[in-house]
Amino acid sequence: MNTICVIGASLAGLLSARALRGQGYEGRIVLIGEEKHRPYDRPPLSKDFLKGAISETDLALESEGEDPDLEWRLGGAATALDPAIRRITLSDGTSLLADGIVIATGASARRLPAAEGLPGVHTLRTLDDARALRADLKTAKRLVVIGGGFIGAEVAATARELGLEVTLVESGQAPLAHVIGVTMARAIAGVHEKRGVQLVCGAHVTALTGAHRVDGVRLADGTHLPADVVVVGIGAVPNTAWLEGSGLELGDGVLCDEGGGTSVPGIVAVGDCAAWFDPAQGRHHRIEHWTGARQRAGVAAATLLSGGTARPEPARPAYLWSDQFDVKIQLIGQARDADTVTVEEGDPANHSFLAVYRQGGRPVAVLGVNQVRLFTRWRRHLETAPAQAG
Amino acid sequence: MIPACPLASLPRGEAVRLNVNPPIAVFHTDNGEILAIDDTCTHQDASLADGWLEGCEVECPLHASRFDLRTGQVDAPPAKRPVRTHQVVVQNDVIYVVPSDAPPNLPPCVTVRERE
Repeated sequence: MNTICVIGASLAGLLSARALRGQGYEGRIVLIGEEKHRPYDRPPLSKDFLKGAISETDLALESEGEDPDLEWRLGGAATALDPAIRRITLSDGTSLLADGIVIATGASARRLPAAEGLPGVHTLRTLDDARALRADLKTAKRLVVIGGGFIGAEVAATARELGLEVTLVESGQAPLAHVIGVTMARAIAGVHEKRGVQLVCGAHVTALTGAHRVDGVRLADGTHLPADVVVVGIGAVPNTAWLEGSGLELGDGVLCDEGGGTSVPGIVAVGDCAAWFDPAQGRHHRIEHWTGARQRAGVAAATLLSGGTARPEPARPAYLWSDQFDVKIQLIGQARDADTVTVEEGDPANHSFLAVYRQGGRPVAVLGVNQVRLFTRWRRHLETAPAQAG
Repeated sequence: MIPACPLASLPRGEAVRLNVNPPIAVFHTDNGEILAIDDTCTHQDASLADGWLEGCEVECPLHASRFDLRTGQVDAPPAKRPVRTHQVVVQNDVIYVVPSDAPPNLPPCVTVRERE
């Protein structure tokens, strides 16, 4: 191979490029990024960066002096792919041919159609999103967050720490319940309530109100929640629209084998846009966690360089973290597969505990809340146990 | 030299944190080496003594960047700067650390405490 094109210049793209170099590839690497920014770390956007505790420089993913000899094309998206000849068309109308392609275009925040174009309504995915939200929060008094996933819960916590009145609207029984189960989610919800976040659960949003700027959120039961700023945190959709009609197999993301190989030889996909086959679950699914991109970039690079003959090691179980107020939340494995969950250390009421999720008596997930040391031991246990999947 | 602990109280595979300023982590690797680095991850405030020791590397307990205990080098983001290493001396079955003169690479929002 003489030219490899990595499409997407965030974590998965940068690490894939580095892995290609690390695995001995000396040819040309072109890195295409839709955003104009050099690769940056997204997790702090809802936490320390939003709070103003760290700067944009701190977000950079590249090390000082790092030079993996990459050709950067930033500020323009790839708009089309011809897989047969591996030709990529860019938004400025130019195109380039590659011998190998890594698709790492990530995901975009899902939006509420009703909120399009209404000032004061935000999603949070990119650095530009975070800048805009940070600026808007400076003059705001009341924030309503729609969606109690990780982004929503983190933004709620950060804004509360910034002194805003915060209401978090969740359609389920508690924020994060779909990830960690209702029992443990209630313990985390207790942290938010104790710190003054108003939780509205089992609620459905019917409208955003305000003529020229958002002034509130209307719920299905008629409640009106006044707001100066609204953050919509209702999940993410893979950035694969540009591949429709290309012939590449798509589902909820680019469909890949367990090594990241797509349906077309010479093209791999990794990160939030990619749905790798998971042998343990017998299906394709996306992993939207930071660590998923990190663990898989090297695998995808090996698949590409070997022409698909490299056999990947079994996937490590998914690991994620979240910081909300002074609480460090860590989760490994698939809690939703569990039939029991038990607190093995500490007390949820004190916001310091470790819980183990089991399926048929076998640990399948572990949740740590301010239990970093003990969690590491459990993580090691789960990662080294056979036949775990992410 | 800072006395860390008796050699016998730090089994292989374990780490101990010294509450000096900034804190230092001392590791006893599985193959018997004793190595010391700054305890705080260079990315964010996390104790590397709580991390996952494997061979001659420790993985940060929060975000999984791995540091080489001998060189301080980091393998991958989110950390991007090496962690400072310190010299270790074992005398009369006691582990001592000779703190480095180099400036530490502490994460943003973490500073060396002015007063103990």
